[in-house]
Amino acid sequence: MSNLEKLLRAGEFAVTAELGPPKSADRGVIEEKAEILKGFADAINITDCQTAVVRLSSIASAAILTSLGLEPIAQMTCRDRNRIALQSDILGAWALGIKNILLLTGDHPKFGNHPEAKGVFDLDSIQLIQMVKQMKEEKKFLNGEEMKVEPKFFIGAVENPFAGSLALRAGRLAKKVAAGAEFLQTQIVYNLEKFSRWMELVREQGLDEKIFILAGVAPIKSVGMAKYMQKKVPGMDVPEEIISRMEKTTDAKAEGIQICIDIIKALKEIKGVKGVHIMAIEWEEAVPEIVRGAGLYPRPSMGEN
Amino acid sequence: MIVAELKPFSEIEEMIKGKQHLLLVGCATCTAICFASGNREVSLLDSQLKLKSLMKSKEVFTSERMLKRSCEHEFVEELGSFIEKSEAILSLSCGVGVQTIADCFPEIEVYPALNTLFIGRPDESGVWKEYCQACTDCLLHLTAGICPIARCAKGLLNGPCGGSQEGKCEVSPDIPCAWQLIYDRLETRGELHLLDEIKKPKDWSKKNLPGRVIREDLLLR
Ligand code: SF4
Ligand code: SF4
Repeated sequence: MSNLEKLLRAGEFAVTAELGPPKSADRGVIEEKAEILKGFADAINITDCQTAVVRLSSIASAAILTSLGLEPIAQMTCRDRNRIALQSDILGAWALGIKNILLLTGDHPKFGNHPEAKGVFDLDSIQLIQMVKQMKEEKKFLNGEEMKVEPKFFIGAVENPFAGSLALRAGRLAKKVAAGAEFLQTQIVYNLEKFSRWMELVREQGLDEKIFILAGVAPIKSVGMAKYMQKKVPGMDVPEEIISRMEKTTDAKAEGIQICIDIIKALKEIKGVKGVHIMAIEWEEAVPEIVRGAGLYPRPSMGEN
Repeated sequence: MIVAELKPFSEIEEMIKGKQHLLLVGCATCTAICFASGNREVSLLDSQLKLKSLMKSKEVFTSERMLKRSCEHEFVEELGSFIEKSEAILSLSCGVGVQTIADCFPEIEVYPALNTLFIGRPDESGVWKEYCQACTDCLLHLTAGICPIARCAKGLLNGPCGGSQEGKCEVSPDIPCAWQLIYDRLETRGELHLLDEIKKPKDWSKKNLPGRVIREDLLLR
């Protein structure tokens, strides 16, 4: 069982962070970022060619983290692989010692640096979750064939409470739970009010008892970034209040970190939130400060496996 | 219907380079309805070619024909008496039409003047949109008559994805999110329960092979 799973099952408030692999074959970048995050997160997400930009592979990066003594969460999208390649990589990731996997649809190729690429989407995220669960619990491939050694991943999913109607999003979470997701990381929360209402719906359906929900957070670097996310990033909800806090400050970075800490403190009070996922991509240095500031340091250890 | 559009003129010029006697063949069915291969489009392309040849003082001789359907041998064979004088045929039709002409007259070069785009329909004057990808196993009864394969940018069977925002698809504010449309229509009909069940991965095995249909009852052999 992964450290993350043990912590969550033991009722600890979990902290995960995110690491974006480099756009090159440079292992050193992963080592440097790992050094910064070490001790401040229970597990570290490795993005899978996020926004459809080619980067060092998620599984390879996760294996590097494992070798450095950190626990990775390998992300896997449906965008670039059909069911054959997905299953093959799932077996490979487990064989490399990776224990957490986060399964998602993936951004459309249009957003990336190869917009000419054919998007695969042979499966969608829900079908992918169901497939990994079947491999884990029934020791069977998608086609029903049996395997000798099964990959026993702690299965994660994502959900965006801010995309489309709340009822629709809560319904989709129910589907992910039914498919077999065990933990969930949400889209970055800035709009606490809307997130709380979504959590209410989630609790009404009893879903918070069936899946460990980790709320996504991210420090804002500048007022420009806040406005950009508000206007340009699909599926992102940044309320005016955050923009105005960023506008008023003289030290944008410090304020961005403080906002993030305030949000984490508020999230801890929401029933059903079992942890936070800190996304400080290309600003990993902010993570230790946030974790300390939110009173989440030191991280508990569940001992060696 | 099959929707197509004319290739850029420069590309057509490049294709026919060195050919002096050309037969332009239009098609009066699908691609004529989307204003890509009717009488008007054929003669427009013809005049453009002639004008360009005058400017370059390299004369081309063209003639025009219109086929009722370019995708069936019996109609295409009508061209027989016209191809003698031609070095090449420029076909204004979908890809099936171009191939049918090429099959009927294998000794002559046949060039595609159109790009075949999709199976779709006109939504308003001057606007055509894709509605079906011929997936071989129609599921419209489960999705309120809205095709998630052709109309969702990721072809998801259990949508919407996290990029759906205010009813729009993450790829463009001009494209509605198909899954929001499905959700809304099912909600109006009181049929949201149709979304509860997880749709299984699609069987693409038929689509992976060149498609064919054999109807024993219609065979003449
Ligand atoms: S489900 Fe969509 S792509 Fe498949 S046959 Fe029906 S309309 Fe066409
Ligand atoms: S936003 Fe909607 S239409 Fe676009 S890819 Fe996602 S589910 Fe499909």
